[in-house]
Amino acid sequence: MSSLNAHIPEGPLADKWTHHKAKIPLVSPANKRRLDVIVVGTGLAGSAAAASLAELGYNVKAFCFQDSPRRAHSIAAQGGINAAKNYQNDGDSTFRLFYDTIKGGDYRSREANVHRLAEVSASIIDQCVAQGVPFARDYGGLLDNRSFGGVQVSRTFYAKGQTGQQLLLGAYSALSRQVAKGRVQMFARHEMVELVVVDGKARGIIARDLVSGELERHSAHAVLLCTGGYGNVFYLSTNAMGSNVTAAWKAHRKGAYMANPCFTQIHPTCIPVSGHFQSKLTLMSESLRNDGRIWVPKKKEDAEAIRSGKKKPTDLNEEDRDYYLERRYPAFGNLVPRDVASRAAKERCDAGFGINKTGEAVYLDFASAIERYGKEDAHVQGIHHPTPEKIRALGEAIVESKYGNLFQMYEKITAQNPYKTPMMIYPAVHYTMGGIWVDYNLMTTVPGLFALGEANFSDHGANRLGASALMQGLADGYFVAPYTVGTYLADDIQTGKISTDSPEFAEAEKTARDRMEGFLNSNGNTPVEVFHRELGKIMWDQCGMARSETGLKKAITDIRALRERFYKEVKVPGKMHEMNPELDKAGRVADFMELGELMCLDALSREESCGGHFREEHQSEEGEAVRRDDDFAYVAAWEFADHDPGKAKLHKEDLVFENVKLITRSYK
Amino acid sequence: MKFTLNVWRQNGPQDKGRMETYQVDQVSDDMSFLEMIDVLNEQLIHQNIDPVVFDHDCREGICGMCSMFINGEAHGPGRGVTTCQLHMREFSDGDTITIEPFRAKAFPIIKDLMVDRSAFDRIIQAGGFVSVNTSGNLPDANATRIEKSHADAAFDAATCIGCGACVATCKNASAMLFTSAKVSQFALLPQGQVEASERVLHMVNQMDLEGFGNCTNTGACEVECPKGISIENIARMNREYLSVSLTTK
Amino acid sequence: MSTSRGLFGTSLARKYWMALTGLFLCSFLVVHLLGNLPLLTGNQEAFNAYAHFMTTFPLIKAVSYLLYASILLHSIDGLVLARQNMAARPAGYVKYNGAANANWSSRNMALLGTITLLFLIIHLKSFWFEMHFGFVPNWTDAEGNLYKDLYTITVAAFQQTWYALFYVVAMLGLGLHLWHGFASAFQTMGWSHPRYTPMIKALGYGFAIMVPLLFASIPLYILLT
Repeated sequence: MSSLNAHIPEGPLADKWTHHKAKIPLVSPANKRRLDVIVVGTGLAGSAAAASLAELGYNVKAFCFQDSPRRAHSIAAQGGINAAKNYQNDGDSTFRLFYDTIKGGDYRSREANVHRLAEVSASIIDQCVAQGVPFARDYGGLLDNRSFGGVQVSRTFYAKGQTGQQLLLGAYSALSRQVAKGRVQMFARHEMVELVVVDGKARGIIARDLVSGELERHSAHAVLLCTGGYGNVFYLSTNAMGSNVTAAWKAHRKGAYMANPCFTQIHPTCIPVSGHFQSKLTLMSESLRNDGRIWVPKKKEDAEAIRSGKKKPTDLNEEDRDYYLERRYPAFGNLVPRDVASRAAKERCDAGFGINKTGEAVYLDFASAIERYGKEDAHVQGIHHPTPEKIRALGEAIVESKYGNLFQMYEKITAQNPYKTPMMIYPAVHYTMGGIWVDYNLMTTVPGLFALGEANFSDHGANRLGASALMQGLADGYFVAPYTVGTYLADDIQTGKISTDSPEFAEAEKTARDRMEGFLNSNGNTPVEVFHRELGKIMWDQCGMARSETGLKKAITDIRALRERFYKEVKVPGKMHEMNPELDKAGRVADFMELGELMCLDALSREESCGGHFREEHQSEEGEAVRRDDDFAYVAAWEFADHDPGKAKLHKEDLVFENVKLITRSYK
Repeated sequence: MKFTLNVWRQNGPQDKGRMETYQVDQVSDDMSFLEMIDVLNEQLIHQNIDPVVFDHDCREGICGMCSMFINGEAHGPGRGVTTCQLHMREFSDGDTITIEPFRAKAFPIIKDLMVDRSAFDRIIQAGGFVSVNTSGNLPDANATRIEKSHADAAFDAATCIGCGACVATCKNASAMLFTSAKVSQFALLPQGQVEASERVLHMVNQMDLEGFGNCTNTGACEVECPKGISIENIARMNREYLSVSLTTK
Repeated sequence: MSTSRGLFGTSLARKYWMALTGLFLCSFLVVHLLGNLPLLTGNQEAFNAYAHFMTTFPLIKAVSYLLYASILLHSIDGLVLARQNMAARPAGYVKYNGAANANWSSRNMALLGTITLLFLIIHLKSFWFEMHFGFVPNWTDAEGNLYKDLYTITVAAFQQTWYALFYVVAMLGLGLHLWHGFASAFQTMGWSHPRYTPMIKALGYGFAIMVPLLFASIPLYILLT
């Protein structure tokens, strides 16, 4: 096992980025015009990077599998974006944002990267406001903030529950401006199916035009993967249907290491699974936990009665309810971090207290909040002896003003009125902290190949804080990659146009073609979706909220068997050279099945519990996570080897903490 | 639940296309409309029939990718929802449901229910942006105060998801609601003022070039818009365009 | 990308002309109606004086050319827009539930406009053409001024049942056209405001009911008395 060089600049933490920027080589405007850059994915990271690089003068080709760059799944982010602006005068600072992010990540991220993220966070807000992003404002016309996920300051900027949408549309606007100028060539409905490496450097991609089905060769001096996370390996997640790991996995197979692939964020408040054909899980914003109380029945017979429809939640008295988060974590109560809240829900449901048909749901109850707000408002309005009905009505109005759109969304999906009966929620896969290993410059282990945003592993350690994903995507895209990609390209000004006629391009294209023809010629009879569902179940059961050695080993065996069956039994209708979504899906699921095995391998080798990774063998007597800093304070970077995802080689990047002290997170 | 589905099948832009009838059963009322189509497609694959091609992605009503004209309405009978948020409980067991693609000259059909909405991208490219380069040295975000009501109205306009339901619904296949939403967002914010004249002229020009129809103020678009974008935005764009037309050289 | 095309040729420009000519025609309707109301009281003198004034007074003559131009522009522009709109959806829906999201008159403006235009042609032939170029008997008022007796021609025309009923039906068409058109013109011009738009809408509905109703009452009154 070798160690990896992250190329972290020398000097004090707070000066590293400034010094680095001052010293890196630049490319002159005349030379930029001679350099091509490929950007894969057009979410926050991709759109921002493509626009910024084009503004600088590079020739950019941007790719997305959706019909328009504006549809990338960044658009679905609800809550907000963090930035250390300290507009609220509540003691926020760059260091505090850095510290919160390192601690929230359970000390499994790189100090220098996280500090840079905190440093550029303020510029992101300035940039977005200049672009016309309509952030929420207060009555004085200044930007409003909300607090989020367990931190002690209000630093989250938001646009109602649609912050991701507004930020993405801002980046999409910037991208569109460059498309209009001819600085960016946009390839929508195109999917990257191979990475092309020439003389050890990333020099292009093979993309499939999803409309015509043709394979295309595209060359460039650098390739940026901004392809998001791989949560769909679990089949059901809050990700979009098309979100996939294919581009990242192809890069992995060509030499890019995957780092901490087992670090997955399971979000505690999602609408539970309702049936076999469910395709997707919907998130209910974390902000609901400010006012909602989470509970299950105290007695198993009550839980059973509710499951069978004989009792309603409102039939249960206070003393028959178990507010388990308040019971277990009196200091933080319902506002414990995401990983803790998720595991606690699973623990109750596994013990038989789940409250929906599937037994996998808990209540999120607003009755207390409605009563509290109702009483307050009655007092404000000078109503002296309000009836309980009046209190309810007043309280419901306040709750509606705070969470109206979420309540409405819940009602649309479940046909239940959450003002009258508690919401049912259950944890669901939401985000992947793991991803392609990158150094300080966001370059992967393949020279010239960069990874930005959720696709890389860099900033969130083992657990991401709320409202930090948007921050990281835009930081990488607007403010980091434009500098660091230039550093790499400075050596390439003499290279000239990269030919697509090289044997490397021909071979990559052939690999892609053979693989697709393999799917189409398979004589099986089972749709791709069935295999994906099975993979998801294995991953969720064994590599989800709790993991154990026996479970992970079983999962690896099961996944290998599933993969074998997949290639024999899958049925992909249609042809190669046409619009064929089933063929697209087959390729994506095949890659998920390889990634799944690597995730289990990573989870197996990480013999500790940290953040979203909980090993049952490593818990305290009360069931809390036990981190093992002496042995596992490293980034696990996996190198693809021997044509087999299960034979990946582990490389360790030791994490050095010079500015924070490692402590155990406690929420009791 | 069981349904009879009349689904538009069309192999490509040149194909004439036709309605095909399929039966689906084992549909539960908790399913979304797209999950019902998933069930249909698994069934079709088993029957050696090519599955129905349709656009979809986030399945939570925000990406704007799903389309479908269901029983004569864009995104079906629900209000304030996209097709992915429409649930089968909105229908009765045994219903016959007609499913067509969004139809407009500017939205050519790619296959079956999937259409090409890149005309919307080109309208944005014509001026739907504020021309600021990425820079670490822009004025502080709080340097300019913006009246809350203006910021809120700009946000409401900016919530457009670009799905094209307005065009699909409009009897004239007009893209005025889409175009005006973006024009309005920037018209309401100080950041957008500098380029306001150029923006509205260029965006309207591009909208016309794409072959969309004209607005006759039926108001159908705002009824079917999943995000409830108001035709107040169209009036604002009309106002902007008129004043620019009267005052430019 | 030419900015000078702003007031001509673009979709919005065509709409502005539709709205402006439409509103101008609305104002004409009011003047026309006021002139016709004497028919309800059987006031031959007032009506003939009005007809004389409208055909001879120089300013009115000048305005009348603007009126003819408006009618032509409104009709031609309307037909061009309707054709463009049909071309914007070459392949129609198999099932289209227009009633789910828009009222009938707003969806049928071209049809209602065409009905109104046909009516106008017949109407102009019956009265305007006769007044200007045809034969209308002379009539002398109490003071000995010589007028053309349009009153008698009008009353005679409306005593034919089919002709009176045709007018009533045409006015229904006009009413539906105005039902949508009046407020729509304001929206097109961008004259929209949360406070005033509801009033404009109410005014439009009132206008769409009252003006055609009063016009229609004239042939009905003459027919029935």
